[in-house]
Amino acid sequence: MVFLTTDRMNAGLLARFARRRLTPNRFDLVAFLLLGGVAVVVLHGARQMNLPISHLPNAGVTLDPSRLPEYALRSTLRMFAAITASLLFTFVVATLAAKSRKAELIILPALDILQSIPVLGFMTFTLTFFMGLFPGNELGEELASIFMVFTAQAWNMAFSFYQSLRTLPDDLQDVSRQFGLSPWQRFIRLELPFATPALVWNTMMSMSGGWFFVVASEAMAVGNNNVVVPGIGSWLALATRRSDVMAVAWAVLAMAVVILLYDQLLFRPVVAWADKFRFEQTASEDVPESWFYDLLRRTRLLRRMTAPVARLARLMPRRLLPNLAAPVPGGAVTARWIDRIWIVLVAVGVAWSALTVVRYLAANISLRDTLTVFGLGFITLARVLVLIAIATVIWVPIGVWIGLRPAWSQRIQPLAQFLAAFPVNLLYPFAVSAIVAFSLDPNIWLSPLIILGTQWYIVFNVIAGASALPNDLKEAADMFRLRSWQKWRDFILPGIFPYYVTGALTASGGSWNASVVVEVVTWGKTTLHAAGLGAFIQEATTAGNFPRVALGMTVMSIFVILLNRTLWRPLYGYAADNLRLS
Amino acid sequence: MTMVMDRPTPLVEVDSLKHVYGKSAGPGLVVLEDVNLTLNSGEIVGLLGRSGSGKSTLLRSIAGLITPTAGRVEIKDAAAGDTAQGVAMVFQTFALFPWLTVQKNVELGLEARGVHPDERRKRSLAAIDLIGLDGFENAYPKELSGGMRQRVGLARALVVQPSILLMDEPFSALDVLTAETLRTDLLDLWLEGRMPIRSILLVTHNIEEAVLMCDRILVFSSNPGRVIAEIKVELPQPRKRLDPAFRALVDDIYARMTARPKGPPAAVAAGLPGTGLGMALTHISTNELSGMIESLSNPPNNGSADLADMARELQLEADELIPLADTLQLLRFAEIDGDTVRLTAVARRYADSDVDERKQIFARQLLAYVPLAAHIRRVLDDRASHQAPASRFRDELEDFMSEPRAEETLDAIVSWGRYAEVFAFHDDEDRFSLDDPT
Repeated sequence: MVFLTTDRMNAGLLARFARRRLTPNRFDLVAFLLLGGVAVVVLHGARQMNLPISHLPNAGVTLDPSRLPEYALRSTLRMFAAITASLLFTFVVATLAAKSRKAELIILPALDILQSIPVLGFMTFTLTFFMGLFPGNELGEELASIFMVFTAQAWNMAFSFYQSLRTLPDDLQDVSRQFGLSPWQRFIRLELPFATPALVWNTMMSMSGGWFFVVASEAMAVGNNNVVVPGIGSWLALATRRSDVMAVAWAVLAMAVVILLYDQLLFRPVVAWADKFRFEQTASEDVPESWFYDLLRRTRLLRRMTAPVARLARLMPRRLLPNLAAPVPGGAVTARWIDRIWIVLVAVGVAWSALTVVRYLAANISLRDTLTVFGLGFITLARVLVLIAIATVIWVPIGVWIGLRPAWSQRIQPLAQFLAAFPVNLLYPFAVSAIVAFSLDPNIWLSPLIILGTQWYIVFNVIAGASALPNDLKEAADMFRLRSWQKWRDFILPGIFPYYVTGALTASGGSWNASVVVEVVTWGKTTLHAAGLGAFIQEATTAGNFPRVALGMTVMSIFVILLNRTLWRPLYGYAADNLRLS
Repeated sequence: MTMVMDRPTPLVEVDSLKHVYGKSAGPGLVVLEDVNLTLNSGEIVGLLGRSGSGKSTLLRSIAGLITPTAGRVEIKDAAAGDTAQGVAMVFQTFALFPWLTVQKNVELGLEARGVHPDERRKRSLAAIDLIGLDGFENAYPKELSGGMRQRVGLARALVVQPSILLMDEPFSALDVLTAETLRTDLLDLWLEGRMPIRSILLVTHNIEEAVLMCDRILVFSSNPGRVIAEIKVELPQPRKRLDPAFRALVDDIYARMTARPKGPPAAVAAGLPGTGLGMALTHISTNELSGMIESLSNPPNNGSADLADMARELQLEADELIPLADTLQLLRFAEIDGDTVRLTAVARRYADSDVDERKQIFARQLLAYVPLAAHIRRVLDDRASHQAPASRFRDELEDFMSEPRAEETLDAIVSWGRYAEVFAFHDDEDRFSLDDPT
């Protein structure tokens, strides 16, 4: 029962976070403008490099099942490259934010906004940048593809690590200071272990989301740039173009095997291992289990494998990391001046960014376009909300039913988790061919695809919530013979609510991302359109129209941020304050 | 005093220490004011006081964990002039790293000093052995009982061979039996001179514990923390709790801790209890108040009792019992005279009443003697809507005291007002009302 524990902990972190800021503040604006400025500069710079139009039609991808294992392996490697990059990013950026107040003021809102930007929107910028960096080189395409996955993974991991660093237990901090641990020792002995459970959970969520983008990023089309790197995603793209149902089925099978292996051989062992870092002084009853981890432990393979790492860590010089928390030499006056200089620098950066963004947009976008795009945003918003509502109505009763039956939930929980990791874009071709075959209205029937992959977050969170309902309350409810509606209203729904909000929040974020893929789909020669912001972004991307991509992304980020701040986080804060069953 | 040692030499000098918590703007919370202390070799010194008397802050200043607002802390025996070198600390919460084994936890301080792994191992095993933990080297803290965990905390402090051991309520998270065992073991090690340390500074709120262990006890007043008494304990070790001299000393300390400060009250803004609206209240549950009244009115007490006896009877620590007695005194349910607490006539009537009458008596006392309660009630009565936002009173309180203190005062008034049905409070909307009129 992995989710029970990780989830509870995550809920705590998120709740603290949710209470912190509900409304956008000026630092959100600062970060927004800075990010916008950077994006414009990257675009400009890359364009000036005058990139050669890329070629490589299908770079050797063939629909030959015997090559599928190789493609699957390459997709997997890309995934791990991205997760490694995300971890490095997390350690550096989150640590900086946690230790330096100045950095924190910029990094936090920036992460928050980056989290809300539709990942596929990054495609345009990523591709342009990396192709410019390595013109005509396959490395550029690989890096672009990996970077895409990175943008889907890094932000929430960094957030989680930052949160952990800010909630280190006081007494352990005191011990570390009293014994004078060096920054490196502090990191290894205190900060990293304490942050591990939350980080593992978030990494796993990132991985699940990552598969979706690995598949999406292997065959990218931006204007005249057509990038194809060999992998399951490019296989799928080719199969779709050729309307080859058999090949799509092969891809689904390969992906299922890959995810099963990764779950059993990597993820579960890591979760079982991370359990020892849970900050609890009492032994817990339900400990996550993994047969593979037990096996490794029994063979002592793990110890032999980690021994060199431990030795390496010991060789680290004691004063390797700068002590960011240390007071500035020169006292309070110097510190105040450094603060002032920092504020001036940020202000200059913001002003310049604002100017750049405004000039860029003014030159390329009309007000009418902007209004249209906002209108499209509302269509997609309606789609996301309606589908979350439908998924809620369907899955909450089922999830509760399962959660209240331990024998069932133990079997179904891993399945839901598997389904959440499965890149649902592999299934789109089936759905599309069905819509084509029955000539249904794409505006309505493409919509369910948005929730197809993300509904599982609602399912497993509700199951976890229902199984966590305390036994004494269950017995009290039975003893007083609560009628079934009363029981739901006064006991079950409030009890699972915090879990449900976690699930719905994740599902909502994922759905916005999915809309970029889903609202325009192609099957062979047929292309189906649904009106919406996702379709707008995808079409602008395909046309290589940078200003319109930027506009679409900005509008979608605004929608996501406002939805989070006005709906999900207040719900979260309410749940954390009033409905905790502990 | 029983140590076989040369002449006592000063190890720590604390000179006019002052510490203020909170922002520089607004009234900060003065936790320590003009504290002087000399810690000599060969002695165990206890710091005793109510919660909020700043004794932990003093300990942390000596440990180098806090930089005091003003004053000087000097560690005489420091090897390299670094405050952290001569001292090691044992924490109330044990502060063990749950992901490290017992041995790794003990080695932590040595690792920080860059001691070679082999040497580290040798020294940590010796400390584990000394403290009675052998066999548990590879256990994780969560596998150990509370007592064993605190032994790890002790071994971890001793292994760095500090000259001074700082202990922050080391036994208060343990059950009575375990605490007693650990105390005795520690005293034995100390009296036999088997620990490398030269002095112990112990923060506690348990008066008996202080008398059992210490050669010298400093009693702190609260708000702000000052040393109000220094008591030398010259009873020979091992000390017996039932020894009349021991009892007399405990009673004496109770009397000193409940004594009202003499002279006119100092600046209220500094966080003194104060009078009128600026009176800081301690959030004590009405159940505890009536429990204490009942226990005092029942035989064998029959209306008055010795505080130390009460503490034993109710299984309360001094810092739990004393605020309780203070609140009874504030509401004129009791009078405190030296170490004796005596019920008033009102309290006797209260004890004999049924639930509704009790509430009425409590309401009368509350409105008569707690100005804040009367104030809130008056505001509610005056308003046509009979409602008022809590923030209004919170702001008023913060003119007199720091924010956390104002919050606790408001919590106390809410719970007392609800019990007495003097007014209602709605947590969701953070407002008071007269919804449940008496």
